[in-house]
Amino acid sequence: MADDVTARTTGTDVAATPRDTAGAADRAPRSAAPAARGGRRGLSSAGRKRAEIAFFTAPALALLALFVVVPVIQAVRYSTYKWNGLGPMDDFVGLENYTQALTDDVFTSAVTHNLVIIVLSILIQLPLGLGIALLLNREIRGRSFLRVVIFMPYVLAEVVAGVVWVLLLQPNGLVDSVFDGLGLGGLTQLWLGDPDIALYTVMVVLTWKYLGLAVLLFLAGLQGVPEEIYEAAQIDGATWWQVQRRITIPLLGPTIRTWGFLSMIGSLQLFDMVWILTGGGPANATVTMATYLINQGTDRSLYGYASAVAVILFGISLVLAVIYQFFVLRRDNEAAPRPRKVKR
Amino acid sequence: MARNRALSAVAILATASVLAACGGGDSGSGSGGDSGDGTTLTWWHNSNSDPGKAYYEKVASDFEAANPGVNIEISALAHEDMLTRLDAAFQTGDTPDVYMERGGGELASHVEAGLTKDISEDSAAEIEKIGGSVAGWQMDGKTYALPFSVGVVGFWYNKDLFAQAGITTPPATMAELDDAVAKLKAAGIQPISVGAGDKWPAAHYWYYTAMRECSEDVLSDAVTSKDFSDPCFLKAGEDLEALIATDPFNEGFLATPAQTGPASASGLLASGQVAMELAGHWEPGVMQGLTEDKQGLGTKTGWFPFPAVEGGQGDPAAQLGGGDAWACSAEAPPECTDFINYLLSDEVQTGFAENSMGLPTNPAAAGAVADPALADLLTIRDEAPYVQLYFDTAFGENVGGAMNDAIALMFAGEATPEDIVEATQAAADSE
Repeated sequence: MADDVTARTTGTDVAATPRDTAGAADRAPRSAAPAARGGRRGLSSAGRKRAEIAFFTAPALALLALFVVVPVIQAVRYSTYKWNGLGPMDDFVGLENYTQALTDDVFTSAVTHNLVIIVLSILIQLPLGLGIALLLNREIRGRSFLRVVIFMPYVLAEVVAGVVWVLLLQPNGLVDSVFDGLGLGGLTQLWLGDPDIALYTVMVVLTWKYLGLAVLLFLAGLQGVPEEIYEAAQIDGATWWQVQRRITIPLLGPTIRTWGFLSMIGSLQLFDMVWILTGGGPANATVTMATYLINQGTDRSLYGYASAVAVILFGISLVLAVIYQFFVLRRDNEAAPRPRKVKR
Repeated sequence: MARNRALSAVAILATASVLAACGGGDSGSGSGGDSGDGTTLTWWHNSNSDPGKAYYEKVASDFEAANPGVNIEISALAHEDMLTRLDAAFQTGDTPDVYMERGGGELASHVEAGLTKDISEDSAAEIEKIGGSVAGWQMDGKTYALPFSVGVVGFWYNKDLFAQAGITTPPATMAELDDAVAKLKAAGIQPISVGAGDKWPAAHYWYYTAMRECSEDVLSDAVTSKDFSDPCFLKAGEDLEALIATDPFNEGFLATPAQTGPASASGLLASGQVAMELAGHWEPGVMQGLTEDKQGLGTKTGWFPFPAVEGGQGDPAAQLGGGDAWACSAEAPPECTDFINYLLSDEVQTGFAENSMGLPTNPAAAGAVADPALADLLTIRDEAPYVQLYFDTAFGENVGGAMNDAIALMFAGEATPEDIVEATQAAADSE
């Protein structure tokens, strides 16, 4: 993407006169032209090019700074104060908010829940998503209908889906009726009301909601596996299973790793679905870092403390993202066998 | 290119000056449009449906007519919206002139930050008229708001289900309550619904056992000193633990919401699935909204106060409650106090009661309360030796929130009486 921008701007710039502007526009599709010009102009253009990059990215960078960087810095500053949001912020407490958060049982269990959700998401959704994607990649009847059905939950608004699930899961609600109807009445539970079960109920709803994304990504990735390899494998007499295990899944690697990254970040920041389903309860059984932040922080007007929790959440996300990037995604980024993967 | 740049510079300048002109024009018309030297009062309230909304519009226009030059801008907001917007308004300093204060710790933090006007002198006559109810909005001998509706919490019950279970008189002691629970269960009726998912409905039980165990002096000291070392607070937890041990609550009560939807605690009572619920004066209105015929429990609705606790130091006639008060922001024009005094006048409070908008605090309006159940409540409230403001409101969001969380954990069997006191004390000490 960055290359595109540079190429285009170089083209425009060289066109210093109105006559050239028209010419440059004509030539724009021919990528060789700007490159050749860049070469001819030599060193002086490098600084110029940099200035132009700076000029054209400045608005985006300014927005990023204003809405991302500054708030993060502000949060770090707030997190060192005890402040209720009203009046001057003058009660400096250093790292006290951080020690308070890290020694709070509810917060540590929130972190644990987030980690459990990361692991379970991947353990459940990866095989399930992959299986469904492989199935839907075959020529079967009603394939596009099935694809829509699988993808539908992902498109629904979180809050709407959550409210519907709350209604389904309430005691003597539809889910219980379905169990009764199947003669499994003995298996009904207080799905959202039992502290031992609530987290897993939430996990089921999350799987229902986000499986569609995994399937969609895997299906798209499958389109990138060249047909010839399958043909070669068939000629070599490979079975369907062998083809999937030795060819499809390895070639789907970059997609799977990217999905894993998205899934991990989503699990870390999980808020809306939990907030609607349980509000973090019962008895803090489903509290996540984000619901903790709202419940114990802003709802109690402890803005300093809430900021400290937010900074910890930011830190954990950053560390996990960097580790993942370094150990898992680096290969994909360096080799970039198919740039489409990265964009997706 | 050079010419293009010059052109865009001109364009930018032109846009900027147009924007500037717009801004200037706005503020110009803003000050000019309000009939010359007049004052504008902004008023936020939460009666966003009729008859309340129309009534308040009439009240405002009556006041405007009686006070030429005063213009009242009303924002009728949904309750939760209003709270969120008020929070934001207080943080930015852009507060409405007339707004609702719920008293207690919330008011205290507004007063500390210098956001609320001291109305002790301008409203002296009204304060005297309202009497004891105003205490929740006073700090250090100064009054900051005029309560216009104060209600109390008690058990709302279904008379038919009580009769069906053979309960002739509503329970007056904890032992009798246990007895009633046993009878209801024997009759196959779920005894009590509680919205423990929202925490505060569960917390009300502990507030009440604490009020029955602790003397008024201990409680009022605790509100100011934030010291919970008196053993009565532990006893309150033990009483509640004993009640929870009888397993009186609806199925799945840990995740039950207070009043949203038919499966909420109020919905279960309204549809006759449970026999009683501990709730405030809002309950009949909430139940009406949750039944298809808009009648709620109708004539089956009964009410009894929270039972006495044997051996407790507290007065069994004392009630837990809370309410809403009109306050003026610190920057509000002087007409603001005239307006809130008018809102508390005999005339406006009587209309307020006639429209069933709440429980009026002006004694002159007491006779105008139409609903018989609410009229009973009003008598109980006015006869109570004192009305304790909800603890979470009284102690503020931080201590109150920690307290509610710990109490909700006790309902899940994961907190002891000691845990509640410790969690509350820890939050109080951190302030």
